[in-house]
Amino acid sequence: MESHPNQRVAIVAGVRTPFVRAGTLFKTISAIDLGKLCVAELIHRTNLDGKEVQALVFGTVIPSVVAPNIAREVSLLPMLPKGVQAFSVSRACASANQAITDAADQISLGHLDVAIAGGSESLSNVPILHSQGMAEALVLASKAKTMGGRVRALARIRPKDLIPITPAIAEPSTGETMGQSAEKMAKLNNISRDEQDQFALRSHRLAAEGTKDGRLTAEMMPVYVPPKYESSATTDNGIREDTSYEQLAQLKPVFDRLYGSVTAGNASPLTDGAACVLLMSEQKAKELGYAPLGYIKSYAYAALDPGEQLLQAPVLAAPWALKRAGLSLKDIDLVEMHEAFAAQVLSNLRGLESQAWAERAGFTSPVGEVDRDRLNVMGGSISIGHPFGATGSRITVTLLNELRRRDKQFGLMTVCAAGGMGFAMVVERA
Amino acid sequence: MSLAVTTSVHDGVAIVTLDLPNSPVNIITRGVRDEFTTLFDRLERDQNVRAAILVSGKPDTFIAGADIDEFLQLGTASALERLSREGQLLLDSMERTRIPVVAAIHGACLGGGLEAVLACRYRIATDHPKTVLGLPEVQLGLIPGGGGTQRLPRLVGLRSALDMILTGKNIRAKKALQMGLVDEMVHPSILRKVAMQRARELADGTRKPARKNGGIASFALERNPAGRSFVLKKARESVLAKTRGHYPAPLAAIEAVAAGYSGGKAHGFSEESRLFGEMGGTDVSKQLVSLFFATTALKKDTGVSTDVTPAQVDRIAILGAGFMGAGIASIAVQQGTMVRMKDADHTRVAKGYSAIRDVVKERLVKKQITRTQFSDYMSLVGGTVDYSGFGGVDLVIEAVFEDLAVKHKVLEEVEAVIGDQAIFASNTSTIPIARIAEASRHPERLLGMHFFSPVHKMPLLEVIVTPATLDEVTATVVAYGKKLGKTVIVVNDGPGFYVNRILSPYINEAGRLLDEGTPIDQIDKALVEFGFPVGPITLIDEVGLDVAAKAGKIMADAFGARLTPPASVARVVEAGRYGRKAKKGFYRYDAEGKKGDPDPEVYTLFRSSAPGADKAGKEGAGVDVITNAEIQQRCVLALLNEAARCLQEGVIRSARDGDIGAVYGFGFPPFRGGPFRYMDALGAAAVVQQLEELNGRFPGRFEPADTLVEMARKGSRFYTDTKS
Repeated sequence: MESHPNQRVAIVAGVRTPFVRAGTLFKTISAIDLGKLCVAELIHRTNLDGKEVQALVFGTVIPSVVAPNIAREVSLLPMLPKGVQAFSVSRACASANQAITDAADQISLGHLDVAIAGGSESLSNVPILHSQGMAEALVLASKAKTMGGRVRALARIRPKDLIPITPAIAEPSTGETMGQSAEKMAKLNNISRDEQDQFALRSHRLAAEGTKDGRLTAEMMPVYVPPKYESSATTDNGIREDTSYEQLAQLKPVFDRLYGSVTAGNASPLTDGAACVLLMSEQKAKELGYAPLGYIKSYAYAALDPGEQLLQAPVLAAPWALKRAGLSLKDIDLVEMHEAFAAQVLSNLRGLESQAWAERAGFTSPVGEVDRDRLNVMGGSISIGHPFGATGSRITVTLLNELRRRDKQFGLMTVCAAGGMGFAMVVERA
Repeated sequence: MSLAVTTSVHDGVAIVTLDLPNSPVNIITRGVRDEFTTLFDRLERDQNVRAAILVSGKPDTFIAGADIDEFLQLGTASALERLSREGQLLLDSMERTRIPVVAAIHGACLGGGLEAVLACRYRIATDHPKTVLGLPEVQLGLIPGGGGTQRLPRLVGLRSALDMILTGKNIRAKKALQMGLVDEMVHPSILRKVAMQRARELADGTRKPARKNGGIASFALERNPAGRSFVLKKARESVLAKTRGHYPAPLAAIEAVAAGYSGGKAHGFSEESRLFGEMGGTDVSKQLVSLFFATTALKKDTGVSTDVTPAQVDRIAILGAGFMGAGIASIAVQQGTMVRMKDADHTRVAKGYSAIRDVVKERLVKKQITRTQFSDYMSLVGGTVDYSGFGGVDLVIEAVFEDLAVKHKVLEEVEAVIGDQAIFASNTSTIPIARIAEASRHPERLLGMHFFSPVHKMPLLEVIVTPATLDEVTATVVAYGKKLGKTVIVVNDGPGFYVNRILSPYINEAGRLLDEGTPIDQIDKALVEFGFPVGPITLIDEVGLDVAAKAGKIMADAFGARLTPPASVARVVEAGRYGRKAKKGFYRYDAEGKKGDPDPEVYTLFRSSAPGADKAGKEGAGVDVITNAEIQQRCVLALLNEAARCLQEGVIRSARDGDIGAVYGFGFPPFRGGPFRYMDALGAAAVVQQLEELNGRFPGRFEPADTLVEMARKGSRFYTDTKS
């Protein structure tokens, strides 16, 4: 279509699968299939005619080796036209946000009117790789023209070559694991073990409340688990309603056994799940008779040296998103912050209050102190779970739904991401 | 007159194109045969032509078969034998012609079409889902009459040939290549080019068709007389076990095949013609052909008399993820329909998914669909426990519990969420549609869609309309039913609609026979002997006794004494013996649900109270007086009489619909053509006389329908085309 720029982008609706701990209910479902289930349900429950969809953008962090463009695989759903443009994006834990902003940009530019964006992750199904030695031998053997050549190639394999390589959640550049980074941030920002455990407890308690009163389940679809359909998932299974401060406090630090404070209890768990949103130009949504959840007001990305404070970049992104929205923190009714670790959330919060971080971001004064009563009011990734590629979409919908329920106007979300990257977005309720 | 066959010659190869004017498909008519005869004479003499290829001018069919209308007009065995002989001679001359003929097959190549292709020197088929090959003659009570029984076994071997000829099944290109039925398989875009090249090579003698030898099994069973006679004997036994002697054509086909081996080729061909004529003259064939025509006519029937355009159905909702709901979903997704499937809780929805998967997975296992199709079909199902996603559906099919209050409740809930243009269909099998419509704000957009179980296997769909139903609504649902692959009859609302209504007296009568002390298995055997696929007692075990009892009550309420169910079924239901699903009914079932013998315990449930109890003696030993003929007479006449009433009351639109409904709905013996064809064969007077005699013995149950009495008096028939 022709370009009619400066379209306002509506987030019409969103849905997600329940988020379940890796290795549990969804262990038989690939990230692609989780994505398909989620997008199909979005089309079902929004009564959308699939023919309206022009683009599908999807994020994932650990892509399938055999089907690397997850967006295209998902877009080949039978209810969507084959002409849908589909591409996959990768921005670590902000991948779904990247998917949403890329699709939104296309709408805003007037290149298209209707897009689906989101992401999915299966940490139950990570690709296991052969070692370098094994891979070389196999490639040589496949190229060999004679049986003898094949045997000689395979004879190069040594016992150590048989050890497979599993992907670790570590920075390729620094070799630091995510947990080690969080541990370092806790120390740098003086975040105590007690503070972290209290925050984790709060996350579980609020998520349990949100589940019980149906606010969290409203954004969820039931998943009837293929291939046998003997079970169904209807709620997140990582939320511990009955956990206590005492229980959390008993857990041993994982990354620094002597002086550490980051435990399995105050970090987000490995999770499987998918989430997606339906985006339209404001005009198109009106034409099709939809009442959108809200509009994208502004967004910003930022990055810093991954060797420094890996998960602190949201502090640099948030002031820009607010500035682009023409708002300040006091205008913001609700804040959703991705909870990779309690230590990271608390570090981010301190950073937002800090003059030094404000100046690094290019501002003269800090964003300010986030009112805890407006922060992650139904918990966050620590309790709900964190399928890397899906979380950004989940947070977007959680935030918009809650703004509507509270009859409030503006929401801010932030997401930290590996590689020292961060994201922030301001949304406005419709 | 425009010609069906055209030729053009390129580089010594004649391209012979068959394109029958004014017909969507190619069939072999007398005119086509004459044109071919002239053409091959001419090509034979044309020295510029050294080879030929045979192609179809139709987009996705090659040759669909012979002209069945022509058979009907010929009628007699001797005329049909002559027809076969002429066809054989034509194909014989084609086979022996100087110029090699290559068949370039794209689309359906069936019956006479396949026989023509068998007489070609070389066969190439396209790798396309529409390309299928088969000899469906037995399905019409005939045998292949154009050399098929002779050439096919010699090409693909005796066992493969018998398999094709005796089942009439379609063979896909890939299988055809594997079995040697075709020599090559190619993409449609290069079919003609490859065919031309092969034709030239055959003419030049640089290529000879490869023939498979079939390995050791083939050597032992096919390439020696003892092996062949063993195979033929087994085939006869298996046919008799399946047809119970009701269908002569498969046996005749075996005889024709055998003749070609025992008496030589010429003898084989002449036996084929003789048997073709003989089969064409049988009543069985006439009935099967009339059913074929009725089915074909129904495919074109919009279901309404007005000229309305059916709306497109892309998205449906199904209420109730039980066996029926999931069954409907399983066929809908295979047509690309988005299905919103709702039930009360997640466990039931998950079970529905599982049932859909079982149906679709079976097709994957049989390699009828690809893995992508499998995944696409499953992706179209969206399970839910609320009414989300109902706003965009074109059609809602309700398959919830058979209770009027429940149906009213869901109807009200659904109407609150669906669009104004959506249609509401109930899959009830017992509750009158008008009763359901009482709770509707849009009775004009409401009707019944009565599917039969298991949905993916049963070919019939009964669409039930009330006086309020709009024609465009009916037409939309009929069109969608056809898209789902069903044969659709439109019936007017009434208790039991058509199919269950005529089954009711039949089942009741079987129950009364039980009450009188007739053994369960004798009743079932007698009716299987009559030609039903299963007996009435087995049938209610399958359907579920609770369901049957519920239906029985509704029929009794509506029609009084005539359709009041007997005591036996009620007693068995009360004992919790619900049939196969409960793994106990009239019969025993093992843990996997496999049927065993009648359960002697059942008799103790009703014998003591039954009129014939004193005569019953030991369990299952039964009465000694009743014959199978009387069992058949009582059960079947009750059914025929009710069918006549349905026509008289306008429940069905025509005798044709009544026949199709009975044959496809519950397997009324196809070789008898359906209840109305069967009554025509018996004659109305004979039917009335038997009914009156029975009514004398069992007052109230067999009073002849007015229309039958009237017809008996006038000597008229239901069908005017009935010749015999």
